[in-house]
Amino acid sequence: MSEHRRTVTAPLLVANPVTLHVLGVCSALAVTTSLAASLVMSAALIVVVTVSSGIVSLIRRHIPRSIRLIVQITIIASLVIVVDQVLQAYLFAMSRRLSVFVGLIVTNCIVLARAESFAMEHAPGASVLDALGNGLGYALILVAIGTVRELLGAGTLMGVTVLPITADGGWFTPLEFMNLPPSAFFLLGLLVWTVRTLRPEQAEPARESMDITEAR
Amino acid sequence: MTSANPGRWWRRFLALPNDAPAKTIGVAFLVALVCSLLVTITAIALKPRRDANRMAGHAAQILALVDTLGGGVPDARLVDLATGAYVTYDPGTTVDLQSDRDLAGLGSRESVATVFEVRDGGVLRLILLPVRGAGYQSMLKGYLALQADLNTVAALTFYEHGETPGLGSRIEERAWQAGWPGKQVADAGGVIRIEVVEGAATGVHQVDAISGATRTSNGVTQLMRFWLGPDGYGPFLDRRRMEEEQ
Repeated sequence: MSEHRRTVTAPLLVANPVTLHVLGVCSALAVTTSLAASLVMSAALIVVVTVSSGIVSLIRRHIPRSIRLIVQITIIASLVIVVDQVLQAYLFAMSRRLSVFVGLIVTNCIVLARAESFAMEHAPGASVLDALGNGLGYALILVAIGTVRELLGAGTLMGVTVLPITADGGWFTPLEFMNLPPSAFFLLGLLVWTVRTLRPEQAEPARESMDITEAR
Repeated sequence: MTSANPGRWWRRFLALPNDAPAKTIGVAFLVALVCSLLVTITAIALKPRRDANRMAGHAAQILALVDTLGGGVPDARLVDLATGAYVTYDPGTTVDLQSDRDLAGLGSRESVATVFEVRDGGVLRLILLPVRGAGYQSMLKGYLALQADLNTVAALTFYEHGETPGLGSRIEERAWQAGWPGKQVADAGGVIRIEVVEGAATGVHQVDAISGATRTSNGVTQLMRFWLGPDGYGPFLDRRRMEEEQ
């Protein structure tokens, strides 16, 4: 049982896919202008990564190696379409705000990485827990950044006023910069820095040349 | 052996080595089949809800458009496109279009359309006509707003399309749409003249094309010609001209 718990909790802080592997950064920058958008995006990713890992793990013994990536992506892409359709049907305004980024979950390397590196070699139960943990780890980062950005950029959380802004007669002057994508880049950088200062073993060894491992 | 037994077939298939060609093709086929079924079922099951959401989005769009054109309350009316008469019921049927008359590339069009009228004290001030047509790589959907003379364009907006970003997608930009208000749809003889032209647009019937998006621009010309013509709102507009004058 404790091992199962570790499978889920390890990716939250110790081996967080965003701060350790710097995966899934594109959407972390794009959709975190508000907490609500961060939560919906996180939920969409958790559903896709968990279900896709479970399915890939179930049929892992019958996936020919030569087409394994295509099979995985087909499954992931189908799930993403389904999630996108559900959002369009039940959370229309939110799906318009997230626009293409729900569809881009297909290219989120956290999802493919869990399918390819874990689910292909583990039983369905462990794969689902591993995917859930990684999805929650992604969600944790998105929610953290979304909270800071919405609070400092608009003075609200989930649309509810926390810091009354000057435009409405309050005292807080919103930081316009927080509404722009680069602010998420800085916040994410600060977060990675903090985590790696607290856990120096996560820092990558210095290299001769920069090696860009992953963009999305 | 009895190869008709599906269970045995299935077990033999699963027992094949994973790199056998038959297994590879079989797995690819089955995964594709199941995934496409999943996507199709979801898409069909959720279509009514998505359409309802999109309709609500359209309503907001129409109100915003009317607001920019002087305000007022848009009144939705059902129109039988063949006769141009108001009707009270939409049977939801469509009419196939002969290819030589199908300028907008629609294949078929609805027999009853919903138009929006804005009136001041009973006098027609604006009429909003939903229009659509094939662009370069997608269906362009928008609204054409005509002034009370039913010949002067008040506005043309597009709310849905999938054209090339930065090129054809500029049909949704205000800067391009600003070229439309004031243009005349038809000449004095009633012939539809409105068109999108490359180079400098001159005269009351011409609007500048989007450079780099010839096919999209032509699509707009064609859809205007179709929807203002005899298979589109032509009969309705003729009838309005006669009845509103009385």
